[in-house]
Amino acid sequence: MTRQRPSRLRELRRAAPFVLPFLLLFVVVYLVPTGYSVVQSFFAVKRSGLGLGGAETVFAGLGNYLRVFQDGDFIASLGRVGFIGVIQVPVMLGIALFLALLLDSSVPKGRKFFRIAYFVPYGLPGVIAALVWSFLYAPTLSPIAGFFASIGVDASFVTDGALPFSIANILTWAWTGYNTILIFAALQAIPEETMEAAALDGCSGWKAALLIKVPLVRPALLLTLVFSIIGTSQLYNEPVTMKSVAPNLPSTYTPIMAAVRSLSANDFNYAAAQSVVLGALICVLSVLVFRASARSVTR
Amino acid sequence: MTAALQSPPRTEPAAKAPSRRKRPRTHPLRTVSPVSRAFVLAVMTLFAVYFLLPVWWLVVSATKGGGEVFSGNGFWFGEDFALVENVQTLFQAQGGIYARWLLNSLLYAVGGGIVSTILASMCGYALAKFSFPGREAVFGTVLAAVLLPAPVLAIPLYLVFSFTGTINTFWAVFIPSIVSPFGVYLSRIYAASSIPDALLEAGRMDGAGELRIFAMGVRLMAPAMVTIFLFQFVAIWTNFLLPSLMLADTSLQPVTVGLVGWRELQGYPIGYSTVVTGALVSVVPVVAMFLSLQSFWSKGLATGAVK
Repeated sequence: MTRQRPSRLRELRRAAPFVLPFLLLFVVVYLVPTGYSVVQSFFAVKRSGLGLGGAETVFAGLGNYLRVFQDGDFIASLGRVGFIGVIQVPVMLGIALFLALLLDSSVPKGRKFFRIAYFVPYGLPGVIAALVWSFLYAPTLSPIAGFFASIGVDASFVTDGALPFSIANILTWAWTGYNTILIFAALQAIPEETMEAAALDGCSGWKAALLIKVPLVRPALLLTLVFSIIGTSQLYNEPVTMKSVAPNLPSTYTPIMAAVRSLSANDFNYAAAQSVVLGALICVLSVLVFRASARSVTR
Repeated sequence: MTAALQSPPRTEPAAKAPSRRKRPRTHPLRTVSPVSRAFVLAVMTLFAVYFLLPVWWLVVSATKGGGEVFSGNGFWFGEDFALVENVQTLFQAQGGIYARWLLNSLLYAVGGGIVSTILASMCGYALAKFSFPGREAVFGTVLAAVLLPAPVLAIPLYLVFSFTGTINTFWAVFIPSIVSPFGVYLSRIYAASSIPDALLEAGRMDGAGELRIFAMGVRLMAPAMVTIFLFQFVAIWTNFLLPSLMLADTSLQPVTVGLVGWRELQGYPIGYSTVVTGALVSVVPVVAMFLSLQSFWSKGLATGAVK
């Protein structure tokens, strides 16, 4: 103890100049805004008279939170994002796993070409990808709708019913390749001997892929699952860009869009409460996914 | 593995004999019938087409004259090759504001990328190599922040920056860009495995300062740092919500925000082919970055996935 303490202090002195610059900015960019929003979410601005008189900030308790849970637009936005996530994330990860297994199998020629081809959408900034798809979806301009019209099918990508699927398609298009590469990297890390041993036991091809490879890449799958859930919950760029081709898309389509609308209406305290609720929901979701998978690994 | 353990011994004599003969010559997994080979190639090609087609549309459309973008075959070149004129129009539109947007994006992404990489690798190095009190608490907090999505944070950041009057300035976008919790995470893992403790001890014995020793360690961390820079560069270049919230002044906006603003004009006064060409040109720096640093990010992705 007497020898350890000065050495730990010396380590702290050594580490401080390296850690502090980052830590200081981390506090400014992460902790302060988070704390400030939580505090702001408990206050409200009371405007006297017809809003012409002065405004004063009063403590509102849980008022903003009650408002969040009674806000039909906000609840609807959560539902939409939940719906998109429930259909899009499994489809995307299923395709990504499938493609990664194909890439990892000894079958394909031109593995490098396919890897790059799948990764290309990731190189396109999300909002630029959404911009491109907004042209591909645009009812009067779309070359795809044009093709369908020429074979007598009336295809629209921007009706209320089609919108979630159109948005899900942009997400799938943009992120499948990225997830494929992540899973593929994990597959490549499986020792050759493991697969050889499996093959000697008569387990090869698809059986080996499903029984041995998939369980071994479970950590990577879990990572992609959590990142995809987080990604879907913060949906913003795609629907905002889609608004230029879908006037029927409400400005509270996703929770973040709803919070941004509160900001632009100068309803700052309410926007703070909305983002706190959203952040908390995302935290709970990722913790749940991690715990569920930890249980399935230990079992 | 479980299959291997559970399989009863009775299968052994049958399975062993042929495999013992086969193994030296051909790997058992590489004997695939031509039919399944063709099927796999077809499936993979189909997906490659799905991923590449919209990009192909973007490239082709940027070469078409204004009247042609939405007539004829969307996925093939038009009558005249108007790429040069389109680029000229792009850089002349609205007093050449597109060049300004590109420059802004470069400033945010290159500057933010470099500063965040330096700060993150310093912090990650210290977390890996010094066992100071509170180390795990710092690392845990940073790790939690990796999971906090940036868009959710954008609104709190807006609230704080509008409180401090930093809104609608260069710094409102730049300061959030120089903090990379993921970078700290990656550089800690990388430093722990790539910088030997002996290097630190030897440096101290020779009387070198901690900064000198770090400067030597940085060379060993270079692949991780390039990865962090690339990821941060792409994240900043791609960012849309934060700058669109923070910046009302169009001359401060990055190219993503500017282009979506143009798209919303619905083709007038900025033509569709100008928006499409602008989208294509805005992708070029990202693609160039990926191509030039390719060997680094593919390795970095692998580290991120395995650890």
